[in-house]
Amino acid sequence: MKLSVENLNSHYGPAHILFDVALDVADGEAVALLGRNGAGKSTTFRSIVGLVGQRSGRIEFEGRDISNQPTHAIVRGGLGYVPEERRIFTDLTVEENLEVGRQPPRNNAPRWTRERLFELFPNLAEMRGRPGGRMSGGEQQMLTIARTLMGNPSLVLLDEPSEGLSPKIVEQMVEAILTMKKEGVSLLVSEQNLHFARLISDRAYIIERGRICFSGTMTELDARPDIRDAHLAL
Amino acid sequence: MAFYVVQFLTGLASAASLFLVASGLSIIFGVTRIVNFAHGAFYMLGAYVAFTLTARFSGALGFWGGILAAALIVAAVGVLVEMLLLRRIYHVPELFQLLATFGLTLMVEDLVVLGWGPNDLVGPRAAGLKGAIDFFGQQIPSYDLFLIVLGPLVLGLLWLVFQRTRWGVLVRAATQDRDMVAALGVNQKWLFTSVFALGVFLAALAGALQIPRDAVTHEMDLRVIVDVFVVVVIGGLGSITGAFVAAVLVSELNAFGILIFPKISIILVFLVMAAVLIVRPWGLLGRAEAPVRRTPGLTVNPWRPLTSRERIAVAIAFLLAASLPFYAGNYALAVGAEIAIFVIFAASLHFLMSTGGLASFGHAAYFGLGAYGTAFAVKLAGLPMAAALVAGPLFGLLGAVVFGFFAVQLSGVYFAMLTLAFAQIVWSVAFQWVGLTGGDNGILGVWPERWAASAPHFFWLSLAVAVLAVAGLRIATFSPFGFALRATRDSPLRAEAIGINGKRIQWSAFLIAGTVAGIGGALFAYLKGSVFPDVLGIPLSVDALVMVLLGGVETVSGAIVGAIVYKALSIWLVSQTEWSKLVLGAFIVLIVVAFPKGIVGTLDSLWHRRPSSLKDAMLASKIETAE
Amino acid sequence: MSSQPLLSVEGLSKSYGGVHAVRGVSFALSSGEILALIGPNGAGKSTCFNMLNGQTAPDGGRVRVLGQDTTGLKPREVWRLGVGRTFQITATFPTMTVRENVQVALSSHDRKLFNLIAAMPRYARQEAERLLDLVGMGGFAMRACGELAYGDLKRLELAMALANRPKLLLMDEPTAGMAPRERVELMRLTAQIAREKSIGVLFTEHDMDVVFEHADRILVLNRGNLIAEGSPEEVRRNGEVRAIYLGEGLVYDARHREGAAP
Repeated sequence: MKLSVENLNSHYGPAHILFDVALDVADGEAVALLGRNGAGKSTTFRSIVGLVGQRSGRIEFEGRDISNQPTHAIVRGGLGYVPEERRIFTDLTVEENLEVGRQPPRNNAPRWTRERLFELFPNLAEMRGRPGGRMSGGEQQMLTIARTLMGNPSLVLLDEPSEGLSPKIVEQMVEAILTMKKEGVSLLVSEQNLHFARLISDRAYIIERGRICFSGTMTELDARPDIRDAHLAL
Repeated sequence: MAFYVVQFLTGLASAASLFLVASGLSIIFGVTRIVNFAHGAFYMLGAYVAFTLTARFSGALGFWGGILAAALIVAAVGVLVEMLLLRRIYHVPELFQLLATFGLTLMVEDLVVLGWGPNDLVGPRAAGLKGAIDFFGQQIPSYDLFLIVLGPLVLGLLWLVFQRTRWGVLVRAATQDRDMVAALGVNQKWLFTSVFALGVFLAALAGALQIPRDAVTHEMDLRVIVDVFVVVVIGGLGSITGAFVAAVLVSELNAFGILIFPKISIILVFLVMAAVLIVRPWGLLGRAEAPVRRTPGLTVNPWRPLTSRERIAVAIAFLLAASLPFYAGNYALAVGAEIAIFVIFAASLHFLMSTGGLASFGHAAYFGLGAYGTAFAVKLAGLPMAAALVAGPLFGLLGAVVFGFFAVQLSGVYFAMLTLAFAQIVWSVAFQWVGLTGGDNGILGVWPERWAASAPHFFWLSLAVAVLAVAGLRIATFSPFGFALRATRDSPLRAEAIGINGKRIQWSAFLIAGTVAGIGGALFAYLKGSVFPDVLGIPLSVDALVMVLLGGVETVSGAIVGAIVYKALSIWLVSQTEWSKLVLGAFIVLIVVAFPKGIVGTLDSLWHRRPSSLKDAMLASKIETAE
Repeated sequence: MSSQPLLSVEGLSKSYGGVHAVRGVSFALSSGEILALIGPNGAGKSTCFNMLNGQTAPDGGRVRVLGQDTTGLKPREVWRLGVGRTFQITATFPTMTVRENVQVALSSHDRKLFNLIAAMPRYARQEAERLLDLVGMGGFAMRACGELAYGDLKRLELAMALANRPKLLLMDEPTAGMAPRERVELMRLTAQIAREKSIGVLFTEHDMDVVFEHADRILVLNRGNLIAEGSPEEVRRNGEVRAIYLGEGLVYDARHREGAAP
């Protein structure tokens, strides 16, 4: 098992946000975490990578318990995280952005170099010296993914990669994600757009009010329109 | 001609140390978002430690090694401070950070006196650079030439470090988005610590390098920090090159200003700063800041007017206070009047800070202008007391009109630094313009007329004015004006989009706060019978801030409680200990770290605590969407 | 009167550091019409929007609202002419109650901002409650705005934007960050109000389901240029728009794809 989460509970100050969340990602698998805005998707991701201070439960990554580790140590262990919105460093050039993400290679994950990433995202190669702030939204989104791949992760958490992007760019995003998967990177992707999730993932969880309320394959989800309609508000 | 060249070179030499301190402040601010008020204290510590080391080890190695070692030792102290204090306050509002680092400054001032004594110390001359070079009959110290070279050298080195090293890239990335840097596997804690160490090293180095030029004193911290604030406001906070350009500019203005306005050379710096701010509000090389962090959700309970039961409680409290003269002696009444005056002062700042979101670090300027205005009205114009009590606050208003206009162009820490710099300018004028203000000797003999002269009468007068001022400010808080002010604080974007001219609203609030502070100052002049430059000083501005903080910055009228508790406490404290700065500094740090809601804020949240799961759920979805 | 459009834009241009964000964009909008502005990220939609309400000053071109030139006016001045605005990320006053949020907008509309005496909690209370009822927020009047869920904040923003009885509403990604069902409800509400009061609406949006459902007409922006304009059906059929923006239609609802039955 690549990632295994059990009994995850998270709080922000007095507010209890996540309730006994449990999910797994197998080696080489791409899993979708679906749910509407405010359901707890981002909090789940932030809890896994240690950005939420008050969390309890069991979080195992490659068999190691990471629930008490600080964010940077978790990420250095090979768990990449791409947060919501693009959050690239607008003052830094494309190459400098990639430099911030650079980590030593590891044995159980595909090894990315700057040049390999420029092959995967040819747009970026043409603008190596350009400050991130002067790139379009789609290019910025590609850069955030490339930047995380510079850390040679074996698992990547992608938080709402399609939000705020035009349909065309979203399609490019689908391709990039499929390439990552083919290379052997495991993925956990949070989404609201079911169309998008269907294109990239094998399995899905649905989260609602901080609780996992469905778990199964995409086909199983399609067979349950009641669940889909109740929790995704399509 | 040669004279001017030498004057110019002297200016450049002074710029070096100013640049080192300012660049350190800028670097630290860039990454940690903390304006480190204690930077002046580290500068001072660098000078003291260098004094001791260079006195113990002689020779060139002793001198230069001592300077370097001093900077390194102080940087190590900085690391300790960062790990023990700053790590606890990275997520609190910036005003609290400024206050905490100011508290640190107060503590260092007393500690320095404890360690090195209260007298000025004169350090050794620089080994190997003791001589001077003759320039057309004028002498230029070789040490000055060394400093002139050092400034650009440090600038170049810093540029290389930030552009060409991985550490530099990480620091620049963290300047923009520190959580994202952590999410890419970088250990933020050590990044912050190393940045803080570098910044403190630069400040301490500047202090150490000053010892051949200037005496080492326990007042050099505030002097340099005000100059540095002026430099970063002109140059643009966060820009190292901007710090360099502005340091040169300010130093040259000082060097030549002395020739033009010998008495009040600081006026020239003020005029330039004003001009820069009109053209480029974020400084010469600075950039517009992202909207300032709002005071975060310590509470989300909207303010409401007093309920009828609370009104009765307030009336009873007032009657109790008004009956004080029937059972208290004259000393107690004088203390009572002073507390009432500080209630007025604190309430005026509180209105600006909590309703307006504008944390002034120089509010004493308007209090002091009110006091000086009253003294002028009595001593120069011979006005009767009633008229003088009106004339004084008009001075406060006038100051607020001028300074407020510039200050409201900025927000957040810039606003704080600018108001502090303005207050310091007014203080300098009062201190240096001996002909008008009597300088350090002050203006004496401002006594109340017979109708207000007795202790009970003066107490009642102060109390009545305080009640009127507080009530007036409260009504204003709940008026359309008060809501427009809060709207501008909460969301400038939305406020503008519904037709509110935010700058004008804030300026008006500044005028109100300045005038009310001036009323306090006018009464204060009569209470003491005299006016000294102290009434304009940084310590008094900070007193007001602590009162507001202690009462609770997110409450409607917490400053009243804060003023009463703090003033009573500090009057008692001064009578108990010699090291009041040390105790006060520690007290401020303690409040910020452990008690950020203040007295009234804490009571309020206890009162409103409702264990509602509905509210939790609302909050949850809010947090989720806010991410 | 009918010959004069509500909003007319001619040759609007803006560049940042040599990069043309918006190049010579012209269009018009009439009362009661709902117009969508779409395009890839970075196409200049936000810049265009910000120039319409005065947030950004254009380098060239003219903006007229009901015939009056508003180019170069500040947002607060544009607002006084009857232009309401909502933001991509909601901008409200979190420390006030929901009703107070609307009351501030009303007091500004009445030019009472410098009134230091009146008690705001009682100010124009009925009008504020009427507006809240209109957007379905009547039951939330006394709630702290900081506690509202995101979808409710969007509705509150709409109530505030309606406080000055606008003739034109500018909505920047009105449904961004909302769940699909909430999106549809909010746009339905907006469209209904717009038609009843004959308010013109201009909005940007990435959710094609929302755009194709509610827009009367669509403008497509790419690299600062207006590349297409027309009814939803025309835009959907436009090959260039598909290549640049819409893609293969894999990521939005099937019934809005080209060739699908209307």
